[in-house]
Amino acid sequence: MEKDVVVRIQNLTKIYRQGEINVTALDNVTLDIARGEFLTLMGPSGSGKSTLLHIIAGIDRPTSGKCHIESIDVTRLNESQLADWRNQNVGFVFQSFNLIPVLTAFENVELPLLLTGLSGKRRREQVKVALEMVGLADRAGHLPRQMSGGQEQRVAIARALVTDPRLVVADEPTGNLDANSANEVLGILQTLAKGGDKTVIMVTHDPKAAAFGSRSIHLEKGELIREEMTQ
Amino acid sequence: MTIGTFIVKNALRNKRRALLSILSVAVSLFLLVTLLVLLRELTTPMEDADAAMRIAVRHRVSLANTLPYRQRGVIERIPGVAAITPFTFFGGKFRNEEIPSFAQFAMDPIQLTNVFGEAKLPLDQLNNWIADRSSCIIGIETAKRYEFKIGDKIKLAGTIWPADLELKIAGIYKGTPDDRNVLFHHDYMDEACGRQGIVGTWWVRAKSLEEVPLVVERINKEFHNTSAEVLAETERSFVLGFISMWGNIKVLIGAICSVVVFSLILVTASTMSMAIRERFRELAILKALGFRRHELFAFILAESFGFAFAGAIIGIGGAWLLFSNINITAVTKGMFVAFELTPRIMATGFGVGAILGIIGSVVPTISMARMSVIQGLKTLD
Repeated sequence: MEKDVVVRIQNLTKIYRQGEINVTALDNVTLDIARGEFLTLMGPSGSGKSTLLHIIAGIDRPTSGKCHIESIDVTRLNESQLADWRNQNVGFVFQSFNLIPVLTAFENVELPLLLTGLSGKRRREQVKVALEMVGLADRAGHLPRQMSGGQEQRVAIARALVTDPRLVVADEPTGNLDANSANEVLGILQTLAKGGDKTVIMVTHDPKAAAFGSRSIHLEKGELIREEMTQ
Repeated sequence: MTIGTFIVKNALRNKRRALLSILSVAVSLFLLVTLLVLLRELTTPMEDADAAMRIAVRHRVSLANTLPYRQRGVIERIPGVAAITPFTFFGGKFRNEEIPSFAQFAMDPIQLTNVFGEAKLPLDQLNNWIADRSSCIIGIETAKRYEFKIGDKIKLAGTIWPADLELKIAGIYKGTPDDRNVLFHHDYMDEACGRQGIVGTWWVRAKSLEEVPLVVERINKEFHNTSAEVLAETERSFVLGFISMWGNIKVLIGAICSVVVFSLILVTASTMSMAIRERFRELAILKALGFRRHELFAFILAESFGFAFAGAIIGIGGAWLLFSNINITAVTKGMFVAFELTPRIMATGFGVGAILGIIGSVVPTISMARMSVIQGLKTLD
């Protein structure tokens, strides 16, 4: 694997069985993603972009093909290994924020660190840094319901970053946000990738959101049909 | 935040449901331990040190059949017999009470301390009782209940025996497993009933514990093939036999207990299933963040266990507080003299609570284990 390639996907195919019918969500996709890249996956509904993102993030398995993240073929890891790998290497940002409603912003961000064995003091330091990165240090004690959608999504980004993962995956992160909040969130994701050591992969329908990325991949019916550099 | 705080916050996210779940477990466990105490009080004979030395002798056919008084001399001569007294249930009606709160027995007062050594009675009161054929002694519980004093008179209307008795209270005893009974002269009752020369039962005290089985055997053998064959048995056997007249009370209460436990399992499993189904989305997120199945199972188990344990503390603790502080004799109008929540019953209650916690978490755990992150995420979006 070349030095700057973080994700290498080879002949990836995913077939779902829906009753009697086989549905091909991904059809022989091959793709490399470089370190520090902000890649956007675009395409109509059912094009396979979310499936591709899920396989890269280790929460879904392909029917065939390989998916190497750095030197690890994540398709060969078992459930437990995958869970550990996700905790250490992947940060998730979802469309509907998915914060735990009974936990404060601080506690939501701290959640992935509970698995790391870090001391309480160290955890608190890391959470503070992550919240400062997204500009929400002053909202640490707030519950999700006490925050706006944009703030909730920024907390979700802080949660994705707190373990210092190599990969940040975002599935329609601006889908539930107004234009201003969406720009703030996309700006943060862009900054992360520009920092150089994180690779951001984002699924979006929105060409304006895709414009924040460095490269855009278009999928249709499970096939990679077009690729363009956006910056 | 710790894993513990996370579990507690999750468990209490719907406070009303959490409270109702805990209360449903508490009420059910309260009912369960109450039934177990009831069963114990009904089926376990009270025992004291002297009880092991005592032998009850009744008619072989049934307790309702009487024995001839002439048997006394024969039993007295049997080797190993230390003391003997007739002990006849009078069953008289007191005032207008449908069921009197105390039993009445006719016996030989001289043999009271020899046969029922646990009865504590001042010597002057005992002597007064022995001296006056128409007197009686009463248990301290009955004295308290009716505010009887020494010298007061009790009238008992015969319902089984053809005589009404008027008895002067000569003494108040305590220290027996049932300090409610009224004891009076057998001779006085016999006279009032027209000198029939019959007794209900004989109570015998053996000279030593080792001799008890031998004395039992000898008494049974002595009256074998006579007109009044007897059944001699230890006090424990006698009381257990008496209890068996309750019929299948054990089976009945056992069945109610089973229904209570089964209902509890359904309630807990249903509560936990609802709580977890609402949180499928969050469990999927936790899985995505790196939490493994066994860690999520531990969360669910801890939550389920927590509800069951809190319910057990309230239900069993409440029962303990209640039974320790109420006058059960007064509340049950004398049906029970004791209603003790023993450590064994408490342990059973907590054990059922623990099993509930585990069973309650099984269904949601299976659902959670089957759910993939993608499925979980789909339920939310």
